[in-house]
Amino acid sequence: MNPKTVPGGPAGATPASPGHDAKYEPVFVGPIKARLDALFPKYPTRQACLLPALWMVQEARGWVPDGGIDEVARVLELTPAYVRGVLTFYTMYHQHPVGRHFIQVCTTSPCNMGGAEEVVKALLRETGCKELGATSPDGRFTVIETECLGACGFVTPLLVNDDFLENVTPERVPGLLQSYK
Amino acid sequence: MGYPHPSHARETVVLSQYFGDAGARSYDGWIKRGGYEGLKKALGMTPEAIIEEIKASGLRGRGGAGFPTGLKWSFMPKNDGKAHYLCCNADESEPGTFKDREIMRWTPHALIEGCALASYAIAAETCYIYIRGEFTEPWKVMETAVAEAYAAGAIGANAFGSGQRIDIVLHRGAGAYICGEETALMNSLEGKRGNPRIKPPFPAAAGLFGLPTTINNVETLVAAPHILMRGAAWYKALCKGNPKSTGTKLISVCGHVQRPGNYEITMGTPMKDLIYDMCGGMRPGRTLKAVIPGGSSVPIMTPGEVDTCIMDYEGVVAAGSMLGSGGMIVMDDTTDLVYQIMRLARFYAHESCAQCTQCREGTAWTTRILERILSGAGKPSDLDLLLDLADNMTGTTICVLSDSCAAPVVSGIHKFRGDFEAYLSGKRKPSLAGV
Repeated sequence: MNPKTVPGGPAGATPASPGHDAKYEPVFVGPIKARLDALFPKYPTRQACLLPALWMVQEARGWVPDGGIDEVARVLELTPAYVRGVLTFYTMYHQHPVGRHFIQVCTTSPCNMGGAEEVVKALLRETGCKELGATSPDGRFTVIETECLGACGFVTPLLVNDDFLENVTPERVPGLLQSYK
Repeated sequence: MGYPHPSHARETVVLSQYFGDAGARSYDGWIKRGGYEGLKKALGMTPEAIIEEIKASGLRGRGGAGFPTGLKWSFMPKNDGKAHYLCCNADESEPGTFKDREIMRWTPHALIEGCALASYAIAAETCYIYIRGEFTEPWKVMETAVAEAYAAGAIGANAFGSGQRIDIVLHRGAGAYICGEETALMNSLEGKRGNPRIKPPFPAAAGLFGLPTTINNVETLVAAPHILMRGAAWYKALCKGNPKSTGTKLISVCGHVQRPGNYEITMGTPMKDLIYDMCGGMRPGRTLKAVIPGGSSVPIMTPGEVDTCIMDYEGVVAAGSMLGSGGMIVMDDTTDLVYQIMRLARFYAHESCAQCTQCREGTAWTTRILERILSGAGKPSDLDLLLDLADNMTGTTICVLSDSCAAPVVSGIHKFRGDFEAYLSGKRKPSLAGV
């Protein structure tokens, strides 16, 4: 519907090769493997650990590359096609590399009514991102619009990586970006 | 309380008493505030007695559907030898709604207590709390609180020494509104795409992992310990005349009011008191144009409907809408209603899981037609076309996402037709570039 909101889509500055990712280093070794192993007893199936496992790959690599899909499929005893099918349903998994700091701006009705569009403009201007979904030339930021962040009384909310920021105005944007190097 | 504002005298503060009080977040802090007494009491009762007490209180599902909670719990099979599950729906994503977020980030142990109590009542040894992926702060608070509750023996292999095993597992979503629909939530938890399931079978018969399951909203679960502590009669008395809607309800108010926030009201409170008094009314010089009272999925209300509306499940229906999740979007006379309805349609088009044709096509075409109207290229027949589409999108799909997209469109055209006609006649300048 709205291709502008696809994270790191065609407009991304660092498009990933859609093919085999030869340089992929496995994620599920050492402490991350231990974290996943600790989850298995909490669920009656391994498959139930699919969303958590994809989160672990994204936390470790910044996105979910093809190699990550293959690895998750292997450790959960699923097929890569199945894992890809689930991955693509959920908007928070990055299917392409994104900037070091990934900024999601809520622009659904209550935020739109409260001036979110001006916050989006300020973010694009101050980060140097050419458009929504694109990564800034210095690789520092990617900005996307997102649907309702569930903080409609705190317009406009942003999610910068895992930091949830409330009551953001265009004036606050330059200052708050400084803490994300 | 009206967090982030102080309590208003007209609120009935039960669930929101400790919003904004960081001291209530820790296990010790929660115990000091009287926490876990409801769970301890429940563990000394039979599951049947708990369910009877909840039934007698009149508590109904706070996620939007308003289904009687005790009745839902009673649907779980007895002594069937199967594993049972409780799922707590913390996938709060309905535009306008931000109450569960505050419950989790200020009073995480209230939710753990409610989950443990409900788990015991339905003979579930495991409760999964499905938290939307964007709720990073509530997640961290809940993660700490669950670890504390295990360490204190409040949950785990022997909850408060009762011999009862109650495990609580946090599960993170990954960005999909539809996973707030209970059967989609279960699919997502199982490691699948979040497509809603056809019912029947209902979750109490075959739910998570094919086993008997109850799904409750965060706000519903946190109400349960209060009911056991103070009694069903106390809860039932929190009502202003309609015995079918009892207790308190958190109303998240956003949009063009002077004091947006969460307000905890007794069921039956007049809507105009909430908007004009508790929330401080409109900004200076503005007047009310429209209200969407129950999250974006319910019909839009006019100021006239607001004036007579009683806020409970039946009262809001009588006034032409639905109480839903209690996410109230207030719009003043500066609002371009056609634009906001398009924006909501775009939301539903973005969030459709695309299983059902009526929804996949209907939400997308509704959005495009509204965009066409906003761009000045609308046709006189477009309003009838939208209504016809909406008719095909209502009551015809696996879940109600499609109906939810139709609700603001149909009510918008019926109640605010002039706003649409202003675009169609060229009286109003286009607000979108050509599409």
